[in-house]
Amino acid sequence: MPLGLTKKILNESVLTDSFDRRSFALGLGGLSVGMLLAGRMGYLAIAENDKYAVESESNRVNLTLIPPRRGWILDRNGAPLASNEADFRVDIIPERLQDRSREIETLGKLLDLDESKMRDLHAKIDESAGYAPIEVASGLDYDKFAAVSIRLPELPGVVPQRGFSRYYPTGPSVGHLIGYVGAASREEFEKDRNPLLITPGYKIGKDGIEKQFEQTLRGKPGARRVEVTAAGRIVRDLSSRADVQGDPVQLTIDGPLQDYAARRLGLESGSVVVMDCLTGDLLCMASMPSFDPNSFSDGIGSVEYAMLSENDRVPLRNKVLKGLYPPGSTVKPMHAMAFMHEGIDPEESIICGGGRRIGNRFFNCWSNHGQVNMAKGIYQSCDSYFYHFAQKVGFDKVADYARRFGLGQEFDLPVASQFYGTVPDPAWKLKKYGQQWQPYDTVNASIGQGYYLASPLQLAVMATRIATGRHFEPALIKTDKRKPAPSLDFKPDQIAYIRKAMSDVVNGPGTAGRARLPIDDVLIAGKTGTAQVVSLSVSNGKSGPWKYRDHGLFIFFAPFDNPRYAGAVVIEHGGGSGAAYPIARDVMTFMFDPQKGLDALNALEKEWGGTAQQRLQRRYAEYARAAGEAIPASPPLDREIQARVDAEARLDARRSEAFARKNPRPARRADSDEAQAEQPAATPATTASPTPTQTPAPTPTGDGQ
Amino acid sequence: MNTVIPAPIARQPWSMLTPLTLLTFFGAAVLYSAAGGSFSPFADTHLLRFAIFLVVALVIASLPRDLAKFVAYPAYIGVLVLLLGVEAMGAVGGGSQRWLELGPIRLQPSELMKPTVALALARFYDTLPTGMFSSWRALLPAGVIIVMPALLVLMQPDLGTALAIVFSGAVVMFLAGLPMSWFLSAGAAAAVAVPLAYNFALKPYQQRRVTTFLDPESDPLGSGYHITQSKIAIGSGGFMGKGFNEGSQSHLQYLPEPHTDFVFATMAEEWGFLGGLFVIVCFGLILYWGLKVARNATNRFDRLLAAGMVATMFFYIAINLMMVMGMAPVVGIPLPFMSHGGSSMMTNMLCLGTLMMIHRWTTQGRSGGLQTN
Repeated sequence: MPLGLTKKILNESVLTDSFDRRSFALGLGGLSVGMLLAGRMGYLAIAENDKYAVESESNRVNLTLIPPRRGWILDRNGAPLASNEADFRVDIIPERLQDRSREIETLGKLLDLDESKMRDLHAKIDESAGYAPIEVASGLDYDKFAAVSIRLPELPGVVPQRGFSRYYPTGPSVGHLIGYVGAASREEFEKDRNPLLITPGYKIGKDGIEKQFEQTLRGKPGARRVEVTAAGRIVRDLSSRADVQGDPVQLTIDGPLQDYAARRLGLESGSVVVMDCLTGDLLCMASMPSFDPNSFSDGIGSVEYAMLSENDRVPLRNKVLKGLYPPGSTVKPMHAMAFMHEGIDPEESIICGGGRRIGNRFFNCWSNHGQVNMAKGIYQSCDSYFYHFAQKVGFDKVADYARRFGLGQEFDLPVASQFYGTVPDPAWKLKKYGQQWQPYDTVNASIGQGYYLASPLQLAVMATRIATGRHFEPALIKTDKRKPAPSLDFKPDQIAYIRKAMSDVVNGPGTAGRARLPIDDVLIAGKTGTAQVVSLSVSNGKSGPWKYRDHGLFIFFAPFDNPRYAGAVVIEHGGGSGAAYPIARDVMTFMFDPQKGLDALNALEKEWGGTAQQRLQRRYAEYARAAGEAIPASPPLDREIQARVDAEARLDARRSEAFARKNPRPARRADSDEAQAEQPAATPATTASPTPTQTPAPTPTGDGQ
Repeated sequence: MNTVIPAPIARQPWSMLTPLTLLTFFGAAVLYSAAGGSFSPFADTHLLRFAIFLVVALVIASLPRDLAKFVAYPAYIGVLVLLLGVEAMGAVGGGSQRWLELGPIRLQPSELMKPTVALALARFYDTLPTGMFSSWRALLPAGVIIVMPALLVLMQPDLGTALAIVFSGAVVMFLAGLPMSWFLSAGAAAAVAVPLAYNFALKPYQQRRVTTFLDPESDPLGSGYHITQSKIAIGSGGFMGKGFNEGSQSHLQYLPEPHTDFVFATMAEEWGFLGGLFVIVCFGLILYWGLKVARNATNRFDRLLAAGMVATMFFYIAINLMMVMGMAPVVGIPLPFMSHGGSSMMTNMLCLGTLMMIHRWTTQGRSGGLQTN
C-alpha cells in the first residue's frame, strides 16, 4: 500500500486519506523519538549514573595538598641548623599557563625579576615536565604577593601561596653538611610518583642531610577539599586536614662550633673536622668556601652556578668527605704507635744525618736531627726515623694499622658519598700497577707521602683513635645509646707516650709552637703535615701560584692528657701546615673559651671583610654585575652539578697519585713544618690576595726547637 | 455533559492545558534553582511571560478561520521583512544579530517565522487545486516559501532555527499529500548534500559543533565541553536526582546556559530520571493532543496548519532533548515551556494558540456551528 499518490485519481478524499496515513506514521515516528529520548535518559541517569556521579563530584570538589612543613635539622643541643620560615611565594604550573610569554612578563614586572632570573625561569619552563610547579620567587613581601594575587584571573597557572620555606640560619657554614632543598625534578617525580612532589611549594632534599633524611623530614601533607566553580573560584571549604610536620633530625654537630670553624677558615679553601673523644660524635664538619643553601632553594641560578663553578676553590665540593690529600707527616704518630705495637722500643734511637740510607739508597730528611728516638721523631717530625722503622717493621704491617686507625676506610655515615682514599701497601701496588713494592715506596709512605691519600674526616678519626686508643666510629646522628668503642689494644703507657710527644709538637720543642692554646690549663696536642702538590722544579710550595702551593694539614686533640676533642684541619694549597694549625688552635680555643675564640675571629673577619655569608653575598653581587650577559642561560640540574663536582674531586685526587708516580723519591726539601714555625711572619699569607700577613691571634712565642 | 463546571471552561482542551501548566511551573521551579534559589531573574519572568502568552493564545484561539486565512500571506511577508531588517541591521551595525529592538521588547523574527511558514504553506495548499498536488506547481511556490526565510536565518547565522523552518515546512508538504517519490529523492539528495553543506556552507564554529557532537571527548574543554558537562549533569542525577536546589553542575557553572538551552540538564540533575520522564511524558501529551487536533480537523487548511504547529513544537523539543543528551550537535534551540526565553515561549504559545483555535473550529463545527468549506 504505497503512501504516494497516483496521478490519475487526485481528489479531496484521496488527499485526506493520505493525510491520515502520513500523520499517523509521523505520530508513530514522534512516539519512537520520545521513547528513544526516555531510553537515553534512563541510560545516562541510571545505567551510567556511577560514572557521571564521579565526574560531577570531581568537577565540584578540588583537592589541594598543603605541603607539609619540613622537619627541622637540629644540632646536638637542639638549636636549628635548618628550620622553616613562613613566607609568601609564587609558583607556576607550566602546563596551565595560557599565554606563557605574556604571563611570565607580567609576573616579572610584578615581582621585579631581573633579566638573569627571567632567563633562568624560561629555561626551567622549557625543561620542565609541565605538571610540576616551578618556583618563581619566594620570601616575597606582602605587597608583591598581594599584587600577584589580585591579578590572578588574568594569570592562569600562577599559584601564589602562603607557606613555609627552608631557612638555614648559618647559611654557607652548613651548606655542604646539610645540603639544600629544591622543587622535585622530573626524574625525581618519575621515580617516586608521590603527588606531593608536584604540589606547588613542596621541596625535597637535594643534597647532604636534607637528601639523606628526606623521608624522615618530609612529614605528611595536609589537604584542603574545596568546592569550586567552573571558573576555579572557591565557593566554600568542604573539609581540611592540617599537615603533619616532618620529624626533626638531630645531628651530633655543634652548631656554633660548625659556624665558627667555617668562618674561621676565612679566605682559605679547606676543612675542619672535630670529633668528641668520648662518643665519636662529629661536632663539626666545616668545608669552605661553600654555597649558601638559602639561595639554592628556588633552584640554582645560572649566575650563581657560574660563579661557584668558576671558583678554583671549588665551593661546591664537600672537602671533608671528598677532598683527598696526602696526609704527610700527620700519619707519623699513628705510624709510631704501629711500631710500638710491633715491638719497637720508643727509646730505640737512630741517627738522622740529614737523611738515612734505606736499602742501598740514601733518602733525605728535611733537616739534620742527629740522634732521634720516637718522641723526637714525632715532635721534630724527623723523616729518617720513620724511613728506618717502617722499613724494619714492613710497610704492609704499618698499612694494616693505618686502616685500623681509619685511613682508607669508609664510615657508616648518612652521606651521599665519601671518598676513602688510599693506604698503599705491596698488595695494593701490585693490583693497581702490576709492580712490586720498592723500598722507596716504603720511604714515601712512611711519612704520609707517595700514594697515601686521606680525607679530612679520616684524619680526624685517626686523631680521635690516637688520642683515645679506642676504635671510635664517627657518628653524625645524635643518640644516647652508643656502644662503647672497643680498645685498639694499646697499653696506657704507649698511648700516654704518643700523647706527650704530640703535645711536645705544640707545647714543647716541636714544629707547631704557634698552635698553643691561649688558655692556661688546656694543652693541645697535634701533628703538622705538609703535602706537596707539584715538584720542586715547578714551585717551592710556599709561594707563587696558589694552585702550586703545598697543602697544610694538622691533626690535634685536647686536652692532651685527657682528650676531650680531637680533629683535623686541612688547608688546600695553604703553603704548608702553618696555614692549618692556627685554625685548629682557634677552633679549640673556641671550644674551651668561646669568647676568646670569637674575639680572635672577629679581628680576622674585620680584615677579611665580613663573615663568610656576607662575603659570599657581596661576591655574588659583584659577579652578577660583571658577568651580566656572558653567562650561559640554563643552569645545569642539581644531579648534573653533583656528578660534575664529584668527578672533579676524583680527578683532583688522581692528580695527587699521578704526581706520586712521577716523583717516586721524596725531594730534598724542608718539610716546611719547622721551617714555618721558625719564620712565623711568612705563613699566614696564604691567599692570593695581598692581605697583610699579620699573625692573627695572640700566640705564645715559644717556637723553640 | 458536565453540569458543575461552566461550559466555557469545560470546553477548553484540558488534556493539553494540564500538562502544559504542570510543565511550565516545573520549568519555573528549575529556573528558580538555576538562579541559585531565587525567583529572579528567571522564574518570575518565565511565569509572567507564560501568563501573557497564554492570554495571547486564548485570543488567537478565538479568531475565525477566515481571518486566519486572510492574514496568512501578509503575516508571512511581514515576518520576512523583519528578517531582512535583522540582516540589514547586522550589516549596518557590523556583526551579526538575531533580534530587533522594538521598545522594551526584543523580538526575534526567526522565531516568529516558524509558525508563520506553516501558516503560509497551509494557506498555499488550501488554495492549490486538488489536481495539481503532484505537479511542479505544488512544489515550487512552497519551496520558495520555505527556502527564503531559511536562507535569511542561516545567514544570521542560526542553523538550528533554519533547520526548524525547513523541518516544519517539509512536514506540511509531506502531509499535504505530495508524491512520496519526491520525499524519497529529496532524502537521497540530502544524504549527498549534507557532507557538501558541512564543508562549504557551515561556519567553522558550526562545523566544530558537529564534529565534537560525534566525539565530545576530543575537545573536552573546547566545544565538546557543553555536551560533556550536560551529560555529566544528567547522568549524575540518577533515578531520583540530587534534590531541588542541590545541583552542583548548574550551581557551580559547569553547565553552560543552565537556564536556557541546557535547562533540561539542570532539571535532570536535580530531579533525576523521574523528572526527565515527567517532562517527556508532558511533552508527549501536548503533542499527542496537537496531533489529534490535526487529525480531527475537518478541512485541509485546518489539518495542515495544525500539523505544522505540532511539527514546529516537536522539532524544538526533540532537538533540544537530543542535544542535551549528547545525541545531536549543539544548536541553539531552547526547550519549550521550560527554558527561560521570551521568543521561544512566544513561538510555542502561538503554536498552541493556533492549535486551540483549530480545536475550537472543529468542536464548534461538530456542535452545530457553521461549517465553511
